[in-house]
Amino acid sequence: MLFEEISSSAPQFFSLAPLIVFFPIIGLLINTFFGGKILQSGPAGEKIVGWIASAAAGLAFVVSVLLAISLINYHDGMKVPLVEWIHIDALKLNWAFQVDTLSVTMMLVVSGVGTLIHIYAIGYMHEDVRHHGDPSRFRRFFVFMNLFIAAMMILVSSDNYLMLFVGWEGVGLCSFLLIGFWYDKGEGGIANAMAAKKAFVTNRIGDFGFLLAAFIMFTSFRSLDFDIVFGRVVEVNAIYPGAIFAITAFMLLGVAGKSAQIPLYVWLPDAMAGPTPVSALIHAATMVTAGVYLVARSSALYVAAPEAQALVALTGAATALFAATIAIAQFDIKKVLAYSTISQLGFMVAAVGMGAFAAGIFHLVTHAFFKALLFLSAGSVIQGLERGHHHLEHDPKLKKLVKQEHHFDPQDMRNMGGLRTKMKTTYIVYMVGTLALAGLFPFAGFWSKDEILAEAAHLNPTAYGLLTAAAFMTAFYMGRQIWMVFFGKPRSPAAEHAQESPPVMTIPLIILAILSALGGFMNLPFKGFHQFSHWLEQTSENFHAGEFVLSVALLSTALALLAIAVSWWLYMRRAAKLEALPAAKRPDDPLRQILGPLFTWMNNKWYIDELYWAAILNRYVDLARFLADYVDWRFWHDWVHDRLLVKGYNLLSRLLSVHIDLGGIDAFANGLASTTQRLAASLRRLQTGFVRNYALSIFLGVVIIIGYLVLR
Amino acid sequence: MVYLLHPLTLVTFLPLLGALVILFLRAEQKNLARWIAMLTSLITFVISIAILVQFNPQNPGLQLAVNLPWIQVAEWNIHFHLAVDGLSILLVLLTTFLTPIAILSTWTAVEERVKDFMVFFLLLEVGMTGVFLAQDLFLFYVFWEFTLVPMYFLIGIWGGPQRMYAAVKFFLYTMAGSILMLLAILWLGIQQQSFSVPELIAKGGIPADLQIWLFLAFAAAFAIKVPMWPLHSWLPDAHVEAPTAGSVILAGVLLKMGTYGFLRFNLPLFPSAALQLAPYMAGLAVVGILYGAAVSYAQKDVKKLVAYSSVSHLGFVMLGLFALNPLGIQGGILQMVNHGLSTGALFLLVGMIYERRHTRDMNAFGGLWKVMPVYGALTLIVAMSSMGLPGLNGFVGEFTILLGAWGAGSTGGPLGSYWFAGLSALGVILAAVYILFMFQKMFLGPVDKEENRNLKDLNWREIATLLPIIVLIFWIGLYPKPFFNLMAPAVDQLVAILQAASVAGLP
Repeated sequence: MLFEEISSSAPQFFSLAPLIVFFPIIGLLINTFFGGKILQSGPAGEKIVGWIASAAAGLAFVVSVLLAISLINYHDGMKVPLVEWIHIDALKLNWAFQVDTLSVTMMLVVSGVGTLIHIYAIGYMHEDVRHHGDPSRFRRFFVFMNLFIAAMMILVSSDNYLMLFVGWEGVGLCSFLLIGFWYDKGEGGIANAMAAKKAFVTNRIGDFGFLLAAFIMFTSFRSLDFDIVFGRVVEVNAIYPGAIFAITAFMLLGVAGKSAQIPLYVWLPDAMAGPTPVSALIHAATMVTAGVYLVARSSALYVAAPEAQALVALTGAATALFAATIAIAQFDIKKVLAYSTISQLGFMVAAVGMGAFAAGIFHLVTHAFFKALLFLSAGSVIQGLERGHHHLEHDPKLKKLVKQEHHFDPQDMRNMGGLRTKMKTTYIVYMVGTLALAGLFPFAGFWSKDEILAEAAHLNPTAYGLLTAAAFMTAFYMGRQIWMVFFGKPRSPAAEHAQESPPVMTIPLIILAILSALGGFMNLPFKGFHQFSHWLEQTSENFHAGEFVLSVALLSTALALLAIAVSWWLYMRRAAKLEALPAAKRPDDPLRQILGPLFTWMNNKWYIDELYWAAILNRYVDLARFLADYVDWRFWHDWVHDRLLVKGYNLLSRLLSVHIDLGGIDAFANGLASTTQRLAASLRRLQTGFVRNYALSIFLGVVIIIGYLVLR
Repeated sequence: MVYLLHPLTLVTFLPLLGALVILFLRAEQKNLARWIAMLTSLITFVISIAILVQFNPQNPGLQLAVNLPWIQVAEWNIHFHLAVDGLSILLVLLTTFLTPIAILSTWTAVEERVKDFMVFFLLLEVGMTGVFLAQDLFLFYVFWEFTLVPMYFLIGIWGGPQRMYAAVKFFLYTMAGSILMLLAILWLGIQQQSFSVPELIAKGGIPADLQIWLFLAFAAAFAIKVPMWPLHSWLPDAHVEAPTAGSVILAGVLLKMGTYGFLRFNLPLFPSAALQLAPYMAGLAVVGILYGAAVSYAQKDVKKLVAYSSVSHLGFVMLGLFALNPLGIQGGILQMVNHGLSTGALFLLVGMIYERRHTRDMNAFGGLWKVMPVYGALTLIVAMSSMGLPGLNGFVGEFTILLGAWGAGSTGGPLGSYWFAGLSALGVILAAVYILFMFQKMFLGPVDKEENRNLKDLNWREIATLLPIIVLIFWIGLYPKPFFNLMAPAVDQLVAILQAASVAGLP
C-alpha cells in the first residue's frame, strides 16, 4: 500500500510528527548546556532538570496521541518528509516520518512508558546518585534518557530501513552509555564498563546481519524504502529466488542482537548493571522490542519467505524456554526479570515469526506495561532495602546488626522476605505485574500471551509446545520471586527496616499497574472486539486478529496456577522447614536440593558465556596478538624491513664498493669475513645519517634514468 | 602577474609567503611565528572557501584552471596547470581546514625551534594543496615529492625518541614507490607528448597490456602512501614518532594523497587495467580492513592503535574506489574526508593526554571520563564517528562504500563476488571491538592511578581545536547531501570512462 505525500488537505496533526524526535532533543540540549548550572542553583535543581527531561518525553507523548487521533479519521496514515539524506545514483534515502498505526503504536508505548519512567527516575536517581556518591551525574542520566527517546523515535518512525538503522544503532549507543552509567562501579570497578562494552559489541554482531540484509535488499529491490520494497515483493521473488530468504535470515541476526535472542542474548542480563529505570525503559519495555517491531514492519517480506518464518518462530520459541530455565535459578531480583524479559521477547519473536504479527505487537505493548512495572517496582524494593540498610548504619542502636566485613547486596532476593508489610504500595503493584506476566485472567498478559499460544497451536505446533513449557516456568519463577521477596520472614536486618518509596516513584507505578491490569481489554479476542488488531490491520493486511481458543486458554491458565502452587509449596512450605536446619547445611534454595547439579548449571546460565569466551573471544584475542606481535612486528617490521631489506641493500653496496675500491676478486675472497663485520657495523649506523646516502643514491639513480630517457 | 592572484595559485602558495615571512623572524619570537603561521593558514582557508563559492558543482570537469607553459624542451611539454574539480575540491578544503587546526594544537606542545617548525608546516601545506590541484603529471610529481621534505624534518626534529629511524623509513619507503611512478610519468609524458592529465584522459588509447604496467607503477607510489596492506610498515613508526600536529596532517591529508592518486590517475588514465585489477586491489583492501582492525586491537600504545586503525579505514576507501561505481567512489571520497576528520581528531585527543601525562600506554589510564568530563565526552563523539555510528560522518561513508562494493560484487560486476563487501562488513564489528576497548581502557573504570587524579580538563584552546571537527562530524553524518553534491557529476563522468573501457574490453 502506498502513502500519499503530505498535502494541504491532510489533517494538521500529521505535520507535527518530527516533533516526536525534536522535543527530546531540545530537552537534552537544555540539560546539556544549562543542567549543570541548574543543579548548582539549589536544592530544587535536581527536580528542575528531571522535569525538563520528563516534559520533553511527555510532549513527545502528546504529539504521539495527536498523531493517533489523526489516524482515526485518516486510516492510511501519512508520510511526512523532513530532509533528503543520501541521494547517490539509485540510492535515494530521505529522513521522512512514517505515520501509520504500527509506528504510532510504538511511539505511544515509547513516549508513554518513557514519560512515566522519566518521572519515576526523578525520585529514583535522587537516591541513586547519593548512594553511588556522585550527585553531579544526575544531569547526565537525563541527557542520556532523552537521547534514547529521540533515537527510539527515529527507529520507529522511519520510512526506510536505513533511517531505521540510524535509530537502531542510536538506541544501542544509549544502551551502552546507560549500562555503563556507573562506569567506575561494579565488580573490580570495571564490571559495569565491561557490561556496557559487551552490549555494544554483541549488538554490532547483529548489526552486521542487518547491514548484509540491507545490501541484499538494495541490490535486489533497488530501494530501501518500506513502500517500494513491500510493493515489489512478488516481482523480486520471481527474478531473484532466494533473495528474500537471505534478507530475512540476515535480518534475523539483527533481531537476535537487539531483541536478545539465541545466540546473541548474552548481553541483556549483564545490562542490568545500568540504573533500574534504564532496565525498565530500555532493556525491557522499548529498545529490546525493536527486533520484534522490525519483523512486524517487514511482514510483507517474511510472509514471502516461509523458511525464514519458521526459523524466526523457532528461534523465538527456543529462546523463550531457554531463558526461562535460567530465570528460575537466579537470586538477583533484576536478573530474574532480565531473563524473564529475554523469555518474553522470545514469545514476541515467535509470534511475529509464525505470522501472528498482531499478537506479537499486542504482547509487546502489554509486556511494556507489566515489565516496566516489575522493573520499577524492583527498583523500589532495592532502594527500600538500601534505605533500610542506611537506616541501620546510622542508628546507634541498630548499628551492630550491620556486618561490616560482608558487602550487603540489596538486589539479592535471599536478603529479602516479608516486604509486603513494609512496602505496601510496591507490594500491590508488584503483585499486579506478576499476575500479568504469569498470564492470569483477566490481567493484560493473559490476553496477549494467550493470543500467541492460540495462534501457535495451529500455526506451529513445535513452537506451541516450547512456548507452553516456557509459560509454565514463567509462572513458576514469578511465584518464586513473590514468595522470596514479599512473603515469609525478613531474611536480613535491612529487609526488616525497609521503607516505602516516595510518591514521585509510586505514582508512576500505580499508573503502570492499572495499565497492566486492564491493558488486555484493548484487544479482547471476541467477535466485535479485536480493536487493537483492527487498528494494526490498517497498516498491513498481514496483521489479522487472532482467535480465542478455549482449550488453549484453559490449559495455560491451569499450568500457570499449578506453577504458582508448586512455587508456593517450595518457597513457603519447604523453605520454612529448611529454616530449621543449621545454617551450614541449609541450601540457599529449596530447588537446589531437588535439582542438584542441574540447578548449578541453570544458576550459571548453562555456562554459555564461558563457552563464548573459550570458543570465540579468546581466540580472537589470540589471533589479534599473534598478528600484531609476531606477524606485523617481529616478522614484517623487524625482520623483513629492518633486517632483510637493510642488510640486502648494504650487502649490495658493499660488494660494489669493494669491487671498485680494491678492484680484485682476491680482495673479495679475503674480505668476506671482514665484510660481514662491517655489515653489522653499518647496520648499527643506520640511525646516524648513513641513510642520507640511500636518498642520495636514489636521487642519482633518478637522474641517470631521466638522462637516459631524455638523451636516448 | 595576474596568475599570481588567481585563487588556485593563491591557495597553493600563500603558505609559502607566510613561511618566508617567518624566516625573517628571530628564533625567540615564538609567539609571533605561531601567530603568523596561524593567520596565514586561516587566510588560506578563507581563500579555499572562496574557491568553493566559485565552484560550480554541476560541472563535472576541471574548473578555475591556471595553465601556463612551464618546461618546454624537446619532447617535454610540461605545464604549470592547476585546476579543481569534484574529485579534489573536498580534499583541498580538508587540507586548508586541518592545517590551522594542527597549528593551533602545537601552541604549547611545540616549544623548541618554533620558527622552523612553522616554516616546515606551511611548506607542507603548499605541497599538499599542490598535489590535489596539479593537473600536469610532472607538476604533480614535483608537489608529491615536495611534501616528503617538510614531513621528514617534522618527524626527524620534533618527533619522539626513535624519530630519526621513523623519519628515514618514511622517506625511503615513500621514495621507493615514487621512483616507479616517476618512470611511468616520464614514459607516458614523452610517449604521448603531453603531461596534461585531462589531455591524456581524453586521448586514451593506451593498449590494455601496457596499461597494466603503468597502473602498477603508479600504484606502487600510491599504495605505499595510503598505505595498503602489506605496505603499511612505515606508518606505525611515523605516527608514533611524529609530533601531534604531524600525525594529524599525516593521517588527515598525506595518506589521502595516495587514495586520491588512485582516483585521479589510475582509474581514468588506465581504465581497462583498473577494471582488470579491481578484484586484486579490493582483495588487498579487504585484508587491510580486517588485519588493521585486529592488529589495532592488540596495541598497548593508543597512538599505535589509532595508526593501525587507519590501515583499516583506508581499506574501506580503497574498497569503495575499486567498486568502480558511483556509490563506491562517492563513498570512498567522502570517507577520505571522514577519516581525515575523525582520525585527525583522535590524534589531537591523544596529543592532549600525552601533553598531560607523557605516556600513551593505555594501561596507565582508566576512569579519565570522571576526571576530565569534557575530554571524555568529546573523545566519545570522535570514537563513535570512527567506528561508524549512524548519524555521524563515518557511517555515511562506510555504508555507501559497502553498498557500492556489494553491488560491484554481483555477477558481471567489477569485483564479481559478494565476499569483498561481506567480509569487509565484519570490519564494522571489529572496529567496535578496538574502539570500545580503547575507550573502556582509558575512560571507564575507576580512577586507580594516582597520577590521573588531578588531571586538568581541556582548556578553551583545546576545545577550539576540536570543535570545528566535531561540527563537521555531525554535519556530514546528518546531512551529507551538500558534500555528495559537490562530487557527484565528476564521479559520474569518471564512471562513464570506466564503463566505456569495460564495453570496449568486451570480446
